[in-house]
Amino acid sequence: MNNAEMPRRPDEHGVPDPFPYMHPTLRANYGNWDWHERPRPGVLHHVAKSGDEIWTVRAGTQRQMDVGTIRKLCELADEFADGFMRFTTRSNAEFMVTSADKTEPLIEKLNAAGFPVGGTGNSLSMISHTQGWLHCDIPGTDASGVVKSLMDELYHEFTHEEMPNRVRMTTSCCQINCGGQGDIAINVQYTKPPKINHDLVANVCERPAVVARCPVAAIRPAMVNGKPSLEVDEKKCICCGACYPPCPPMQINGPDSTKLAIWVGGKHSNARSKPTFHKLVAANLPNNPPRWPEVADIVKRILYAYKEDGQAWERLGEWIERIGWPRFFEMTDLAFTKHQIDDWRGARSSLNASTHLHF
Amino acid sequence: MTKKTHPSPLLDELKSGPWPSFVDGLQRLAEDDDKPNSDMMKDLVGQLEHSYETRKGYWKGGTVSVFGYGGGIIPRFSEVAEKFPESSEFHTLRVQPPAGMHYSTKLLRDMCDIWEEHGSGLIALHGQSGDIMFQGCTTEKVQPAFDELNKIGLDLGGAGPALRTSMSCVGHARCEQSCYDEVRAHREIINGLLDEMHRPALPYKFKFKFSGCPNDCVNAIHRADMAVIGTWRDDMQVDQEKVQEHVAKVGRKQMIDTVVAMCPTRALSLNDDDTLDVDNRSCVRCMHCINVMPKALSPGKDRGVTILMGGKRSLKIGDQMGTVIHPFLKLETDEDFETLVEFTEECIDFFAENALEHERIGETIDRIGLANFLEAMDVPVDPNMVNHPRTSSYVRTDDWDVEAAKWFEHKKAKAAAK
Repeated sequence: MNNAEMPRRPDEHGVPDPFPYMHPTLRANYGNWDWHERPRPGVLHHVAKSGDEIWTVRAGTQRQMDVGTIRKLCELADEFADGFMRFTTRSNAEFMVTSADKTEPLIEKLNAAGFPVGGTGNSLSMISHTQGWLHCDIPGTDASGVVKSLMDELYHEFTHEEMPNRVRMTTSCCQINCGGQGDIAINVQYTKPPKINHDLVANVCERPAVVARCPVAAIRPAMVNGKPSLEVDEKKCICCGACYPPCPPMQINGPDSTKLAIWVGGKHSNARSKPTFHKLVAANLPNNPPRWPEVADIVKRILYAYKEDGQAWERLGEWIERIGWPRFFEMTDLAFTKHQIDDWRGARSSLNASTHLHF
Repeated sequence: MTKKTHPSPLLDELKSGPWPSFVDGLQRLAEDDDKPNSDMMKDLVGQLEHSYETRKGYWKGGTVSVFGYGGGIIPRFSEVAEKFPESSEFHTLRVQPPAGMHYSTKLLRDMCDIWEEHGSGLIALHGQSGDIMFQGCTTEKVQPAFDELNKIGLDLGGAGPALRTSMSCVGHARCEQSCYDEVRAHREIINGLLDEMHRPALPYKFKFKFSGCPNDCVNAIHRADMAVIGTWRDDMQVDQEKVQEHVAKVGRKQMIDTVVAMCPTRALSLNDDDTLDVDNRSCVRCMHCINVMPKALSPGKDRGVTILMGGKRSLKIGDQMGTVIHPFLKLETDEDFETLVEFTEECIDFFAENALEHERIGETIDRIGLANFLEAMDVPVDPNMVNHPRTSSYVRTDDWDVEAAKWFEHKKAKAAAK
């Protein structure tokens, strides 16, 4: 066999060893840090047991970056941070510098290049980000656009630490909810059952798998126009979109039927209270690119009510826990509807079995 | 002849405002006519604008892979290719970053050079599972792009019914609250199970996430089939002088309001001399007081991890968090790491053999009951696994004495091991 035509076998490296890519001060003090403080928003100061110190400057990015943007970040890392940098789980870039003097000039250059510095402590960090219309095969909306629009409006809350505690926002372009749980989550919520293209189902979809995928058993096999297809019991259908990924002819998205919903009070950390899921507070908002103003309006109402009324260290969900849901809906001028009373499995545990009431 | 750019009035509206704009980057790539993929990016911007106009997505999946692997590539074929032919294939390579997402500028620049030559020049740092996403590649270029990335030490991540790319927090590298070596756990576990990532054969996806302490900065409890979270089981470390300094600085009212009163198990009390009393047996290691006073308070010295399993997103039974499977595993010595790695292998084997198609491990555990899963994994039951014992009497208890004997035996063995 001609070796030149043999495809190359992969080297199965797995997860790369980070030590060659880690800032030397971090490498030297691995596992031996002593304490930290935040000298200003966007800057962390860590002190190691050895006495070594490192200042981290955190900058927001657009996540979907062209090579030019990444090379710009590299230039700054070379100039200030010894040629190393890292990213946070929320797509913030972090530059580690070995002297406090370097932080201000680095911040100036980051700002001049269009990167906001912040996202530390009790600020709003970058909104966790899914793919959307740019690359996903099932999206109801565009994550990059929603995130950009909101971060433009909430820029001050990224660059300042003025919230009661940290705020973690998320977006999701379908109800699978890749964006995860958040203090405030902006997620697609479908409002109509799938529209089925019966000509394609038999060829494209593995029908038993699609039937099995439905959470409420609303899909059954059927012959339509003489072709094997699927039908949906629209009275049972909860419009979740679970059938759409395994069966694209069951189109769940529509320009007007795909809506956005807002959820609040999700929390990952174990600090104080146990982790929590976010809860539905608004739905049926229009999917309105390029700037989704109806979404931004409600997000700001919630965020600023929390900023105003939350006590130090209370996360958004803990704030609501204290003031109660009636006051939350009053302060945000949002509606509480029958759709916010859960009827999914385990729902009874979300009902109030006490006389603990808020008036 | 140079291809024309599509007008993009809606996307252009996202170029204004203070936050960095992804549209600027897309347009820069489209307008850089010297680069091989500027035409692809011109049509990509055209298709995205079309989505903004019509409020619909236009990508469909397919099958694309590299030689030797079954997963790691996310194929995207355009449904509107007749209008936007150059971006008719726009696949993503999911690539695993160094653990903790550390980069040298050399590595980042090499990634950029490779992606500019073989792909679109668009890179997302990072996806929700923790992958570097090299977005925008033709079917033909997927293999050469991967070969070049693989030669600089990078490897594909997970996709489909497989072990997925993992994430660990910054941890030991820069955080005093970190309770175990996250890099080591992350690499030993994932790299020990690589076959499950590269050749998808599991019932459904399986995700690990590694957080150094209960602040859980990588969101492991919500998002991972197995969450590995650092903790300690001895007394929290208190530097009383620094507690007094803190009280002197912020005042007693703030100290009581933000530290003592916020302790979830009422385990803290401020003494008259402004030192802190800690009831360590009542402490649940929530991290709150340590977060408020990182100079004065730190985790204890007897450190290890808590393992929680079953976290997942909505499909299909609704969102679930992971729940406690191992309340505490010591994680310091080589043997400790071996024990953890062996446990993960057993879990993956159990998942492969027992989960139904398209079922996450949390759903499997739900279906068979936690007690049966624990028995299969040979993990003894522990009251830390529940919020409270059962409240329903619908259970058969004729072998209660046998089970109780196991409990006392286990208790004796644990005392002997100490």
